[in-house]
Amino acid sequence: MREVTDWLVHQFNITFVVSNRYRLFIEGFRNTIIIALCAAVIGIFIGSVVAMVRVYCAQTGRLKIIDILFGAYLAIFRGTPIVVQLLIMYYIILQSLHNALLVAVIAFGINSGAYVAEIVRAGILSVDIGQTEAGRSLGLPAFRTLILIVLPQAIKNILPALGNEFVILIKETSVASFITVRDLARAGANVRATTMEPYFSLIFVALVYFCLVFGVTKLLRILERRLAKSDRNNSR
Amino acid sequence: MTEIIAVKNLWKNFGDNQVLKNIDYIINQGEKIVVVGPSGSGKSTFLRCLNLLETPTSGKIIFEGEDITNASKRLNKIRRKMGMVFQNFNLFPHLTVRGNIILAPVNLKLMNRDEANKRADKLLARIGLSDKAETYPNMLSGGQKQRIAILRSLAMNPDIMLFDEPTSSLDPEMIGEVLALMKDLASEGMTMVVVTHEMGFAREVATKVLFMDGGRILEEAAPEEFFTAPKHPRLADFLSKVL
Ligand SMILES: Nc1ncnc2c1ncn2[C@@H]1O[C@H](COP(=O)(O)OP(=O)(O)O)[C@@H](O)[C@H]1O
Ligand SMILES: [Mg+2]
Repeated sequence: MREVTDWLVHQFNITFVVSNRYRLFIEGFRNTIIIALCAAVIGIFIGSVVAMVRVYCAQTGRLKIIDILFGAYLAIFRGTPIVVQLLIMYYIILQSLHNALLVAVIAFGINSGAYVAEIVRAGILSVDIGQTEAGRSLGLPAFRTLILIVLPQAIKNILPALGNEFVILIKETSVASFITVRDLARAGANVRATTMEPYFSLIFVALVYFCLVFGVTKLLRILERRLAKSDRNNSR
Repeated sequence: MTEIIAVKNLWKNFGDNQVLKNIDYIINQGEKIVVVGPSGSGKSTFLRCLNLLETPTSGKIIFEGEDITNASKRLNKIRRKMGMVFQNFNLFPHLTVRGNIILAPVNLKLMNRDEANKRADKLLARIGLSDKAETYPNMLSGGQKQRIAILRSLAMNPDIMLFDEPTSSLDPEMIGEVLALMKDLASEGMTMVVVTHEMGFAREVATKVLFMDGGRILEEAAPEEFFTAPKHPRLADFLSKVL
């Protein structure tokens, strides 16, 4: 018994206490959160714009060239691994930035945008086409019909899928260390390498990711339920 | 008589499916055109071509003297003048009854919010649904929904109203209230094109009844003649089934 507690205390010490290693975890956690949150915001912005333009083009035949470009963007970023995208961003396209964290935010944001675009588009297309026709037959232009009539109804289909995408994003950020970002996963890996003790460092990191994902999932559930409730009170 | 809509050599294909075959028709101000015919004969497509919800494969739609077939920029302006009422109402579920009625007039800056609200109140009072102004469409009966949908179009002060089977998805006991509102509009002089299976309405209200089959207008006559002395054998056959 004594030996076990001794071992645990020793492990705890060299993982967190010696040379203030707990700071590495805090820094990693902070970076992981920064990347996930900023990338989500960028992704939602890009994804919404791309989705709306694509729907608008399908409906009106306008903005054809932009639509083709956006189509290529979706194909490329959904068709290649995020790690490769990260490396290309860091070593080629955004080489001049010299800021790995910023590059990670941008790379994950653009990557996430490609997935969000499909989510938003599917949400828009799930709204009865009769809604669009009613708007257009009143003389509302296509884009305004989309914003005023279709999107508000699409939101409830979009939000749950968007939540899933965010959870995936949180976990995916763990590959940011490929471009030297000191995120949470990297903190665990670094501490393991210095202490040569894998148990506490790696399992602790896994635990933090798990709690993060678990908490976010729970939060999203609550949000969804709220939305469904207000929906019952209002519409349909 | 003033021409509101002229349809010239209208063809419409969906892929290989020829749905409208060389339709020519003129709708004059104040006319009530009722369109009947078997399902799949192209009635909806014809109606939807009038406000360019469907793009004609060839031919022209002239609205108040202007060729609107390729008027992509002006189209939104022109559609304000053509109300459309759908079989499934297509009310906006996320907006109140009032919100449904004032959305387009306010957004297109035809009225300010106060004016639009006043207009909505007036319209609602007319059909006795003033107390429903702040409720959402899901709280309404089918008949109420369809009458609100009609008001939503009327709020734009259209020159013509297009109805695509406005009573077909209603429970029988609610059909009357919708038809009554449409008759009301008719008697006020509104120009109307109505696709319907309500032969009683056609008899009573129509200035002309059209029979469509296979993408063509096979017969056009005043209701009396249309129902008592059909010339085309297909129409006689159709009437024997529906009357
Ligand atoms: N959007 C569409 N795409 C393909 N085919 C269509 C479309 N709308 C209608 N059709 C076809 O056109 C024909 C006529 O349809 P419609 O105008 O709705 O007839 P009706 O209103 O007289 O029942 C049908 O064969 C239908 O399948
Ligand atoms: Mg039809």
